[in-house]
Amino acid sequence: MATQTDPRTDDGAAADDESGPGEIEARVGLRYTLKQVKRDTTARIGIYTVGFVTLVALLAAIDYYLFDYAVAETVWYNPVQDPDQVQRLLPPVGMENQYGPGVIEHPMGTDHRGRDILGRLFYGTRIAITVGFMATGIGLVGGTLIGAVSGYYGGWIDDVLQRVTETIYAIPFLVLVIAFMTAFGRDLTFAMIGVGITSIPVFNRLIRSRVVSIREEDYIEAARAAGVKDRNIILRHIIPNSFAPVLVQATLQIGVSILIVAGLSFLGFGAQPPTPSWGQMLSASRNYMLPAPTFSLFPGIAILITVIGFNILGDGLQDALDPRINN
Amino acid sequence: MSEPLLSVENLKTQFFTEDGTVRAVDGISFDVYEGEIVGLVGESGAGKSVATSSLLRLVDSPGEIVGGEITFKGETIFGLEEGTSGEPRPRDDMLSEEEMRKQIRGREIAIIFQDPMESLNPVFTVGGQLREFIEINRGLSEEEARAEAIDMLREVGIPAPESRYDEYPHQFSGGMRQRVLIAMALACQPDLIIADEPTTALDVTVEGQILEMVTELQEKYDTSFIWVTHDMSVVAEICDRVNVMYLGEIIEHAEVDDLFYDTKHPYTQALLDSMPRPDRTVEELDPIKGVMPEAIDPPSGCRFHSRCPHAREVCREVHPEPRDLSDEGEPMHSAACVMYDAFDVGYEGSRPIETEATGGFSAGLTETEGDE
Repeated sequence: MATQTDPRTDDGAAADDESGPGEIEARVGLRYTLKQVKRDTTARIGIYTVGFVTLVALLAAIDYYLFDYAVAETVWYNPVQDPDQVQRLLPPVGMENQYGPGVIEHPMGTDHRGRDILGRLFYGTRIAITVGFMATGIGLVGGTLIGAVSGYYGGWIDDVLQRVTETIYAIPFLVLVIAFMTAFGRDLTFAMIGVGITSIPVFNRLIRSRVVSIREEDYIEAARAAGVKDRNIILRHIIPNSFAPVLVQATLQIGVSILIVAGLSFLGFGAQPPTPSWGQMLSASRNYMLPAPTFSLFPGIAILITVIGFNILGDGLQDALDPRINN
Repeated sequence: MSEPLLSVENLKTQFFTEDGTVRAVDGISFDVYEGEIVGLVGESGAGKSVATSSLLRLVDSPGEIVGGEITFKGETIFGLEEGTSGEPRPRDDMLSEEEMRKQIRGREIAIIFQDPMESLNPVFTVGGQLREFIEINRGLSEEEARAEAIDMLREVGIPAPESRYDEYPHQFSGGMRQRVLIAMALACQPDLIIADEPTTALDVTVEGQILEMVTELQEKYDTSFIWVTHDMSVVAEICDRVNVMYLGEIIEHAEVDDLFYDTKHPYTQALLDSMPRPDRTVEELDPIKGVMPEAIDPPSGCRFHSRCPHAREVCREVHPEPRDLSDEGEPMHSAACVMYDAFDVGYEGSRPIETEATGGFSAGLTETEGDE
């Protein structure tokens, strides 16, 4: 039948589309997004920072789970357990304080129990990244599902779900997380779950506002007319089309979650000693601010770099995913 | 004739808004037989689209089908009966929401939407969407569905379907996308396709090709169509029978030739007169005067009387139901206009009234550009 209607003369635009799929750059998909992000210098710094921190966390996790700190211990001087030979509060290499000069075995010095700061930072990365991704993941999945269902169905379902999440939103998150952990246990897992739950409203609102407009699109109507299940419409049509701002928010939220859990650790609600975590290191260091300022400095810098890295990446993603901004 | 494929009896769909009840579809009846293309024509706001979404029970809140009966191949898509307390309630043999989704939507009745730019999901490939649709409705494996999808793309005249399969909707032109949507509608070989102004968003050359293709495919698959449009030339091109809608009602129904050469209802005549033609200039065009009244508060009597050039006192008082005005032995040609003797309500003796179309109160607004 194509003989009668030659589609090549269909209209002008068709002629432009004639080139093969390889020649046209798809403007969707992960690869394209990453490419867009990489064009921006600051965003590239974000990618590399996040990539580096994640890689470190991965190495630390491998060492922790498979070798029980053995790998790091051969390189550094016993970073985790209390050392036999106590060299407390040493400064970094090349500096000197009242406890003595810095030694090459402890490039960033030692803490108040003589443990290697660099080593503890290394293992702390694992906690920070795990917490960041897990807490955000909980918030992301929970918030996206609630927001999508709420926005798609509207009516009383919308009302109930929105009021519930607003209630969560209304309570100061720190109070909520601390109450949560007091009820279930002072454990890192509960810290993550708690922070995840408090970030549900953020994602919920974001995706709901998108879904309300996406719901009216013709392709949703077309899908309904084609007999697609509501569940599949939400999962396959609504959520993928509402996802760009959520992805940006998630990246930013990872930084926020890391910060919150570090704060919780500082208050004694996060990872329990002797598990090394940045917040807990900061917490321990506050008594030694004057004699050994570098003790608190390094964990602080680690948190700073990680959080800024995620924020820069988030901004870069936003620019890459927003079609109105021309790169 | 044999049993109709789809039969709509006195269908009423209303929207309950804060300003009042909008009677978007107010008691329409029509049949669609196997293998024919039935037109549904009317101005914007006549209720055409609401009528079609009612057929699939896809009317969204605050809209609701409040009355009438829709029968498709002997199955009741919609039907009410009187409940125990006198309240109307859905009949027992009415298909459940689940059955509608699984059996009817997409599989037996498919829809082609107006705007091909908006009817494909932008984040998935064209082929992927078509394949998914075939998978869902025909229960094929992914491989089979893919082969079938490529076949369908070829069928609707997409060049190099194997490579275009993996492209995204934005890489297709409007005409191409409409072809994809038609492929999607045809993919499950439904018995009925509802085409909701599918060529309105396309330019005329593409429109011509699409119409030609639809006619061919219709002959090949023997699918019935309900063709919704406001374009009389499209109607003339492809429809077998036509229903003309005005303000939620069907006011004329005829075979396509009868409608054009033996127009009965003044509204249909007005629609035909407002059609741009090469043999007439813009000044000679005779658009329908005024705008369609709100369906919240339709005019009394004949709903068209406020814009009708032949309106008389009686038109304001008597609400005409469509009646068959054809001669014996001729195919049915019904119209709802008291002008005809069949109605016998004293039109001849009634005094003409001033309306927008007869040079009444607001006629100046619409005629300033005319040459009178």
